[in-house]
Amino acid sequence: MFHNRGKNGDGSAVPVSSKEKRYTEGFGLPAYLIFIGIMLIVMILCICVGSVNVPLKETIRLIWSAVARQAVSSDMFSSIILAVRVPRVLCVALSGAALSVCGAAMQGLLKNPLADGSTLGVSSGAALGAVLAIALEISIPFLPFASTMLMAMLFAFLSLMLILSLAYRLDFSLATNTIILIGVIFSMFVSSVMSLVIAFSGEHLKSITYWTMGSLAGSNYRNALVLLIALLICGTVIMLHARELNAFAIGEENARHIGVNVKRVKLTIMITVSVLIGVCVSIGGTIAFVGLVTPHMVRMITGPNHKRILPASIFGGATFLMLCDLVARVIINPIELPIGVVTSLIGAVLFVVIFYQSRRKSR
Amino acid sequence: MKMLEVNNMIVRYGTLTIVNDVSFSLDEGEWLMLIGPNGAGKSTIVNAIAQSVDYSGQILYQGRDLKQFKPVELAKNIGILAQNHSVGYSFTVEEVVRLGRYSYAPSIFSRHTDADEESVERALELTGIKPLMKQSVLTLSGGELQRTFLAQILAQNPNILILDEPTNHLDLVYQKQTFALIQEWLKESGRSVISVVHDLSLARAYGTKCLMLKSGEKIAYGTGKEVFSPEILNSVYSMDVADWMRTMLSQWQE
Repeated sequence: MFHNRGKNGDGSAVPVSSKEKRYTEGFGLPAYLIFIGIMLIVMILCICVGSVNVPLKETIRLIWSAVARQAVSSDMFSSIILAVRVPRVLCVALSGAALSVCGAAMQGLLKNPLADGSTLGVSSGAALGAVLAIALEISIPFLPFASTMLMAMLFAFLSLMLILSLAYRLDFSLATNTIILIGVIFSMFVSSVMSLVIAFSGEHLKSITYWTMGSLAGSNYRNALVLLIALLICGTVIMLHARELNAFAIGEENARHIGVNVKRVKLTIMITVSVLIGVCVSIGGTIAFVGLVTPHMVRMITGPNHKRILPASIFGGATFLMLCDLVARVIINPIELPIGVVTSLIGAVLFVVIFYQSRRKSR
Repeated sequence: MKMLEVNNMIVRYGTLTIVNDVSFSLDEGEWLMLIGPNGAGKSTIVNAIAQSVDYSGQILYQGRDLKQFKPVELAKNIGILAQNHSVGYSFTVEEVVRLGRYSYAPSIFSRHTDADEESVERALELTGIKPLMKQSVLTLSGGELQRTFLAQILAQNPNILILDEPTNHLDLVYQKQTFALIQEWLKESGRSVISVVHDLSLARAYGTKCLMLKSGEKIAYGTGKEVFSPEILNSVYSMDVADWMRTMLSQWQE
């Protein structure tokens, strides 16, 4: 119909493209191999380098013998690598991946480039739980080693319930703006409660402050396993909604018109993100900016399609946070910075650069 | 059987009644024009059919209550073009149009079929945006964006098109071509169109039926001839519409 501008504008059906040219949106195997390759190289680097540098060969030998369940000599290198660095780097990588995939999902769902996993307010709730556990020395029977973690998870869950029921009461359709507003108000309220707890925390002040800045120092294999399970389950759920997230990123109204079950998808993504964020905060504290910046960096390379952004954010987030953690460990060696401080510093600068570049491009 | 039947539709926002007891129906091959001044409730009727606002009354699609339809079922049968479009991220035209096929393969494991390819290609061709298919939607003009979303609902392959001001943002050439395209689309059996328009001349020229609304009330419903009577027009718009139209036209008569 628009015959003067189209190539073949007589309105006739165009021959169907052949199978080999069939349209694909996601990544192929080579891209995944590159992602995994880069991530593994950074991972090995982060395991080798630190206050004590372990030679690459020795690192790989130690990891290999641990994986192959061979007897490992109990020298200094082996305890540094196997008991300290490997679990820490694993936790850092998994947290980075989880925070980034949550950020990417929320930025798409809410069609808001400033959103991330903490937009809902759940991470603040989790942080409050952890702060209470430290300040009041709450010890959970049978699981005393995981009191902070369990309190954080419990509070994350309670926050999610509270936020969703408030949102439902205000607006049954769960409009995006209602959710963002409630999330922001809830976060502010929780922050003030947290300040109050901190003000009366006495000798716990240092450990609370350090925890709220985010740190994965002292992570163990158990933490890594919890993160891995959470990432596998929640990450899969999020990835299965890549097409719906594309529709939401174009516009919620449009998503409804093309047949997306808007309310169900919104609820599913929000609950999944909250669970994953709750687990992350319970293990590493609030690590800012990763979930916000990584999807932006990734989007500059992959474009806005969530079939590419989500997997790329997982690998990109893991790599980014491992590098930040490395900086935190070595920059003023032997003193270690909290990882949240490093991510905020690097993240804020990166965000400004990305923002300027995208503005320049769109002009 | 009627394609679409709206019985006693009432839409309220709080205590405000936006649409008050409106009924109409749509037969195969019909093009119903929803007309009336701003705030008449035209877009709200579109939103109610799209199931995005709560309403009382009944909307039946081929005899079945629309409230029973799953979102994907609704999208396969009714394609809705919104009044305004704003895209958040730099998706390509092709990605936006391809999402029109979502309802045919809502699972992430569903593969693109030949029918998907054909519908998308055809929609891109018909709306003339094929040359722009790899371009980011953020770089498009208002008219190009409008045609992108028109292509998306054509790719949906619905039986009813509901268009909220389809010529919004379009220059005269594209207005003419869009209406010609919709008229052509309507020729296939089992199809009908509802559109909200402000241009009464377009409504009169293309509509097979018109529904005139004012402040949520149905004022007149019937063929163009019946609805566009001087009495009805003058009371709805509080001005002599025909006289205004003639004055405008007279400028072009030399």
